[in-house]
Amino acid sequence: MSEPRGPGTTPEVRDPVAPGEPRDLVVVGAGPAGMAAAVTALDGGLRVVLVDSGAAPGGQFWRHPPLTAREAVPTDGLHHGLGAYRALCAALSAHERTGRLTLLLNHHVWTAARDEDGFTVHAVDRGRAPEERAVVLRAPALLVATGAYDRQLPFPGWDLPGVLTAGGLQSLLKGGGVVAGRRVVLGGTGPFLLPVAAALAAHGAKVVAVCEAAAPSAWLRHPGALLRNPAKWAEGARYAATLARHRVPVRTRTAIVGAEGTRGRVAVVRTAALDAAGRPLPDTERRIEADTVGVGWGFVPQLDLLLPLGCDLADAGDGTMAAAVDDGQRTTVPGLYTAGETCGVGGAALAVSEGRLAAVSVLTDLAAPGRPGTRRPAADHRAVARHRAFARAMARAHPLPPAWPAWLTDDTPVCRCEEVTAGAVRSARADDAAADHRQVKQLTRAGMGWCQGRMCGPAVHCLVAARDQPYTPAERLVATPVTLGALADSAEPASDHT
Amino acid sequence: MTVFTVDGEPLPFVAGQTLAAALVASGRVAWRTTREGRRPRGIFCGIGVCYDCLVTVDGTRGQRACLVQARAGMAVTTGEADDE
Repeated sequence: MSEPRGPGTTPEVRDPVAPGEPRDLVVVGAGPAGMAAAVTALDGGLRVVLVDSGAAPGGQFWRHPPLTAREAVPTDGLHHGLGAYRALCAALSAHERTGRLTLLLNHHVWTAARDEDGFTVHAVDRGRAPEERAVVLRAPALLVATGAYDRQLPFPGWDLPGVLTAGGLQSLLKGGGVVAGRRVVLGGTGPFLLPVAAALAAHGAKVVAVCEAAAPSAWLRHPGALLRNPAKWAEGARYAATLARHRVPVRTRTAIVGAEGTRGRVAVVRTAALDAAGRPLPDTERRIEADTVGVGWGFVPQLDLLLPLGCDLADAGDGTMAAAVDDGQRTTVPGLYTAGETCGVGGAALAVSEGRLAAVSVLTDLAAPGRPGTRRPAADHRAVARHRAFARAMARAHPLPPAWPAWLTDDTPVCRCEEVTAGAVRSARADDAAADHRQVKQLTRAGMGWCQGRMCGPAVHCLVAARDQPYTPAERLVATPVTLGALADSAEPASDHT
Repeated sequence: MTVFTVDGEPLPFVAGQTLAAALVASGRVAWRTTREGRRPRGIFCGIGVCYDCLVTVDGTRGQRACLVQARAGMAVTTGEADDE
């Protein structure tokens, strides 16, 4: 292993676990799935390394400021299921004290490779960014619990400052105690818009409107899955009560179709009522003054580490592809497990159950002495089935409106990084030169910038691919850009951005 | 008060905040321009995925402001037209 030499990199490759100490499992991602998986694996006697890029365990759902800042940035009121989070944190701390858990926060995993006796996971420690220290972890089993990120559909003005993802607004609030604006309009589709609206309203923002593209009756088409998940109803009712208390109007079958700015920030949001296909209805456009906009169209599973390892994918039913797993969260690659949103977006409760089941599989496959009894896994299997049915019902109730490209003008940027317009993508499609987002990338540079198509990929896919074909992200050799020095340690080709 | 500097000007932050959280708390949502269209960019995804919020930290370019924890005395420079 050569020494990293890049700028900001100290010449040291560090393995945080003492030499000679065996380690059984690396878990990437300390959100609900990863935390639950790590605790179950530790309870079963394994030695675990839990790695996360954040400053505290919790992932996006339970995002918290670092432990040292909890008093300065109080965020307790923002969270759902905080009891479960605290129990997992307490269990992790207890295991950390025994020395069997190594918790690596502020560590960004940029690739993982499989060989005969397990996996090598390459990370960089950015705890003192911009310094980077290369960290290499090895274990016979790897569990990827990297979650998901907001799915975006472009609209004219979506790149104006003050337009954020709904998840971005939530992360500023949960992680930093910051309300990003005074007058906020939220738009997109899916149940996630409601907690974001409720949290912003409860913390002093004026939420002027929540624009939900789906029809309110859509949930009623699949009543069974909804009725079997009373906890979700209770959660929804809590958000609805908060929104009612702050007089936040939720407009269904309505979308943000444009934004306009003054002095470098969004100032006006244009909304319109939608027909059944999602086309704006004539004479329904409203202009709403706002300094901040939050948009989200569901989520895209974060598969960056899984794709290069070669595991099979499956249609998640919401327009995205997710990792294919068996009923024990095993991928098609031996020794590789995944749980939570990487298997299809379904929420934190599902992720916790899947995380525990994944760890039970690891314990079984490694023939660990401390395998749990059968009662808990049986309950988790039932919970997974119930939550997956709920997620499918949600996906059907909150589809991407098929006619959403009707909002685009030819000069609307689709790829924010390379500034590729809708017109350019449409031309590539019209010339029959491009039939998928990878070919569009080659022709137009859409998806070739810093974000590697994570923001524009689903939209470009919709613009060029057959309608019911789910989005598969491009394979990225490096999940996060690293300095040349850290890359020098990899046998892989050197860069994923040009 | 704990501060880092942005283009030489002190910016206060609460311990535990990221650079982006401190910038947004001060009312700034954009701090960079794109190469071609010179369009303003700043905070967008907030979770390290979109790379819109890039800044230079202590001389190292291409740092995602939404991921870097603010520390007292950091020197942040913005407005890099081209990040690589």
